[in-house]
Amino acid sequence: MTTTTLDIPAPDFTAPLPPRDGDRVIQFRQALREAMSEEMRRDHRVFLLGEEVAHYHGAYKISEGMLEEFGDKRIIDTPISESGFAGLGIGAAMYGLRPIVEFMSWSFSLVAADQILNNAPKMLYMSGGQWGCPIVFRGNDGAGGQLGPTHSWCVEGLFANVPGLKMVIPSNPYDAKGLLKAAIRDPDPVFFLENERLLADRAHVPEQEYYIPFGTAARLREGDACTLVSFGRPVHFCLEACDELAADGIDCDLLDMRTIRPLDIDSIIQSLAKTNRIVVVDQSWPFSSIASEVVTQVCEKGFDHLDHPPVRVNTEDVPTPYAANLEAAYLPNPGRIVSAVKETLR
Amino acid sequence: MPRRTVYEAKVEFVQILDEDGGFDEKLGKDLISDEQVVALYEHMVTCRELDEIAFKLQRSGRMGTFPQNKGQEAAAIGTAHALIKGTDWLVPCYRENAALFMHGLPMHYILLHWMGDERGNEIPPGVNITPLCIPIGTHMLHAAGIAYASKLRNEGRVVATFFGDGATSEGDFHEAMNFASVFQAPIVFLCQNNQWAISVPRESQTASETFAQKAIAYGMPGTQVDGNDLFGVYKVVKEAVDRARDGGGPSLIEAVTYRLGDHTTADDARRYRDQAELDAWLAKDPLIRLRKYLETNDLWDDQMQTELDEKAKVIVREVVKTAEGIESPATEDLFNYTFANLPDGIITQRDTLRTASIGQNPAQIGLRTQRQNA
Repeated sequence: MTTTTLDIPAPDFTAPLPPRDGDRVIQFRQALREAMSEEMRRDHRVFLLGEEVAHYHGAYKISEGMLEEFGDKRIIDTPISESGFAGLGIGAAMYGLRPIVEFMSWSFSLVAADQILNNAPKMLYMSGGQWGCPIVFRGNDGAGGQLGPTHSWCVEGLFANVPGLKMVIPSNPYDAKGLLKAAIRDPDPVFFLENERLLADRAHVPEQEYYIPFGTAARLREGDACTLVSFGRPVHFCLEACDELAADGIDCDLLDMRTIRPLDIDSIIQSLAKTNRIVVVDQSWPFSSIASEVVTQVCEKGFDHLDHPPVRVNTEDVPTPYAANLEAAYLPNPGRIVSAVKETLR
Repeated sequence: MPRRTVYEAKVEFVQILDEDGGFDEKLGKDLISDEQVVALYEHMVTCRELDEIAFKLQRSGRMGTFPQNKGQEAAAIGTAHALIKGTDWLVPCYRENAALFMHGLPMHYILLHWMGDERGNEIPPGVNITPLCIPIGTHMLHAAGIAYASKLRNEGRVVATFFGDGATSEGDFHEAMNFASVFQAPIVFLCQNNQWAISVPRESQTASETFAQKAIAYGMPGTQVDGNDLFGVYKVVKEAVDRARDGGGPSLIEAVTYRLGDHTTADDARRYRDQAELDAWLAKDPLIRLRKYLETNDLWDDQMQTELDEKAKVIVREVVKTAEGIESPATEDLFNYTFANLPDGIITQRDTLRTASIGQNPAQIGLRTQRQNA
């Protein structure tokens, strides 16, 4: 029956998370692989499909070794047909399986827009709760690799507009594992956005199983001068900026949102109550961006805390340039974040 | 030899009961029992009655929009008869009501849906049908996915999916066909070539001689059948279903038929198609043809027809009563099912809408009063 897609017990999110510090240092891509493999061993309904994911081990080698472990019925090379495998995944999810669909790049997901935006997030709603769509769409998101205007999409601003989907944008290997495992166990469609520039990043990732609940920001720096909000790759720019500012005696409160939908606005407002200033850093275009949404909610819910208008640091409002120098100028960077924070303190 | 033929293909056309009532004994012998043919004819007449009444309901303001099915009943019924109810899956678009009813969907669900109530898509438990699909062709991929998932589970189920001639121009059609074939999924693609995609004629939809031949490129069998011939449709679909169930993979069937009505009640086909064309197809109506067959074989007479017409009216009257008797959805249904577990923000929106805010209460903006407990 159709309801089998909804009877999956949620992970135990009350279990304490393992320490972030340790010496089991692996790459971001390995953390993703570990999350998928653990869930596939636990649940035979989970399978991975996408372009090149099996024999080639994925364009970015995220699924290395998975074909060998799970076989070609569960690690599936597909034709070059994004709408095709996205829709096929949705059908399989409706039927009770737990597909993970890899887009080589989220830029390529645009040709599957109807499937991922007009079908997956609405299926449960349209069927009166009967057809769940427990599917994970994941892949590379964001500029930085000199891939030019059409292959450097940050889809979060565009896609997060749609109700019914969840969106995860991890910034580090530890979170990547815990969030992807939670995504695979989630009963709703989850858009999981990885950044190619981060895939080789190394950090301690616990060997044990753990699940990071959606809608909980991580505080990466403590301070009372200004609240810094970010997610994904620009979190690293924020960390650099924080170090630079700290050298000047300016301590920022840095929140890594980790998930965009749901958005942990409460943590932002709590931090704002302490700092009275906020800078939002977002690697997508400014218009209708996640940063715009955060600023709007800050104005709605925390206006009285503000001693300075909220400031956004986005990319420039132009298509992603191809040339390395132009691309660097287009993206948020630590220098611009430092300037933005200082502006709020004037 | 510098040039040689590397592939040759042929596409068969199948017809068992022709428009004059002529019957191909060789192909049609013992295909469907007399008792079954009578039952299927009765269902066909009842579905036609529902179709005509739905049109009238719309014209009298009791229904939003309705896509009439008339003329295409044989394709729907012949297909559904080849499926195992409760086991096989039916993935519809929106012009095969007769098949949905045979596969277990209560008739009032269809009226409820087109009256503008999402609950018409809440398929009852145990009925293997997916919600109606209005965007053209997107459901064919879901059908391939369901078939593939079922294959992975070794369930021995078959999926049948309906779509029109226009849908074959969508990328999703080609992607679904390709996936189904590469993965050897147990699925039957049933193209109802009714000659018109709203106002676009079949000639403008494809330069191919047939729709059935599109199967060849994907490495699956493609067959063209007279879609107004119940026996022909049943035969080719049954062969395809059996092949799929035995692990033989997918098939494409083009049922050549005609949309006797408008695209929907929002359309007026007289503006773009000739009366002569319509008249020619009215003579090929599957109901007329099947009745001729029954009468030729002494299975039917005028008295039975009169009784059936009356019975169909009674059934449809009850169905309309049931559909119209269902209360409007509760206001909170606007928010329910957005997520499996409603987040706080949506719960707040829901509670606010229900309790306060002038202008946001449906009763205040002229919509029908909601349930008291909403």
